[in-house]
Amino acid sequence: MSLDIRLENFEGPLDLLLHLIRKNEMDICDIQIAEITGQYLAVIESMKSLNLDVAGEFVLMAATLIHIKSKMLLPAPEEEDLEEEEVDPRAELVRRLLEYQKYKQAASELDNRPLHGRDVFSRLQPPPVEEEEGGDLVDVGIFDLVEAFQALLKAAPKDNVHEIGIEHVSITERINYILQEVATRNSLAFNELFNEAPKRSEIVATFLAMLELVKMRTVRLMQNTRFGSIWIFPAVPAEELTASLDEEESFGYF
Amino acid sequence: MATFDLKAGLESLLLVADQPLRLEKMVELTEVDKPDVKRALEELQAEYAERDGGILLEQVAGGYQLRTPVENAELIRKLAKVKATRFSRAALETLAIIAYRQPITRAEIEYLRGVDSGGVVKTLLDKRLVKILGKKDIPGRPLIYGTSRDFLEVFGLKDLADLPSLKEFSDLEPETLGVVEALEETLSPDQDSAPTSQADQLQEEPG
Repeated sequence: MSLDIRLENFEGPLDLLLHLIRKNEMDICDIQIAEITGQYLAVIESMKSLNLDVAGEFVLMAATLIHIKSKMLLPAPEEEDLEEEEVDPRAELVRRLLEYQKYKQAASELDNRPLHGRDVFSRLQPPPVEEEEGGDLVDVGIFDLVEAFQALLKAAPKDNVHEIGIEHVSITERINYILQEVATRNSLAFNELFNEAPKRSEIVATFLAMLELVKMRTVRLMQNTRFGSIWIFPAVPAEELTASLDEEESFGYF
Repeated sequence: MATFDLKAGLESLLLVADQPLRLEKMVELTEVDKPDVKRALEELQAEYAERDGGILLEQVAGGYQLRTPVENAELIRKLAKVKATRFSRAALETLAIIAYRQPITRAEIEYLRGVDSGGVVKTLLDKRLVKILGKKDIPGRPLIYGTSRDFLEVFGLKDLADLPSLKEFSDLEPETLGVVEALEETLSPDQDSAPTSQADQLQEEPG
């Protein structure tokens, strides 16, 4: 038979085996192992360049097939193992194939369902209100912070590699900036800190500055909902905020 | 005493909600008894079905949601600027296995599929269709996975019991033969709509 089969079309060795068995119209409970192994190996060999990750799984199955084939060639042991039930060496493979087929079928049933966001739709955007005051504030976890940080970095333009400039933004500077903003406005959206398409170095400095302030318990971070926007609130009275402005170099950053 | 018509009130809530509304939530909001709310919802559902228009009231992911009928998919895709993408077979197989066998470890998924499934599971986690349920109490403490609420919402399922029951096979299913061959055709290199899903590594390899 022709072997115009492309390995990439199969989800794995089980898928390929099912296909071969069907193509040969074999009874799955009575697979002709020699025949199938031969065809299976021919398919594998016809692949000139194999993705190594994929190949490993196909080769493992080839080894399993050969193992089963050799077991079936050996005469059944007579004296020992008499009490042990005669197990068909193919049994485990057949069980796996049938099991796999079950989920393959379930997968195609899932595929046939109308998908929300592709075939059927509901309201596209959440109503615009929320955010404002009043929503229940919840504490911001470290992962929310990291996610917000990564979103910023993604939005920031990639630094130009050829340009060698001097670093202008210091963390102390950014700390002072945040303190000033928070002291005058009493609350500050995390995103506002990064308004004017900043450089990556500025984003990092500002982020570190904010973490530093949280560590010093000068500000607190809250958000309305999970994945909601993050707000910065002062954690101490305004006078103390501005007082710490004077202690310039005291943060250990330059 | 409520100052609004219950059915109309519920309809407004459903229109504005950005995710399926649970019955309990609507009971809480309307301060009306559960059986009454349920009956009103059933009536609404029947009215929408009767009207056969551009809106349907569906039960998904443990709640109620106003949805558009499949017939209008093309139209709304233009508005929402989304493409009609498909899940890769790897993603669907893995999702099916997780959906029916949860809680399940990655090793168990891989035994059933016969292939490494780390990448696919990661993609499904990123898309929030699958979630980590915890760790299994066996050596190595592997993570166990299950499907998320988003999974139910995306596939339009009321709850997990709403999944079609698994067919038991004692023999090969002849119909799936056609599926494989149809796939072989759609995957021929001259297709213009290349698969976009990240889980498509296998299929995106140039043949």
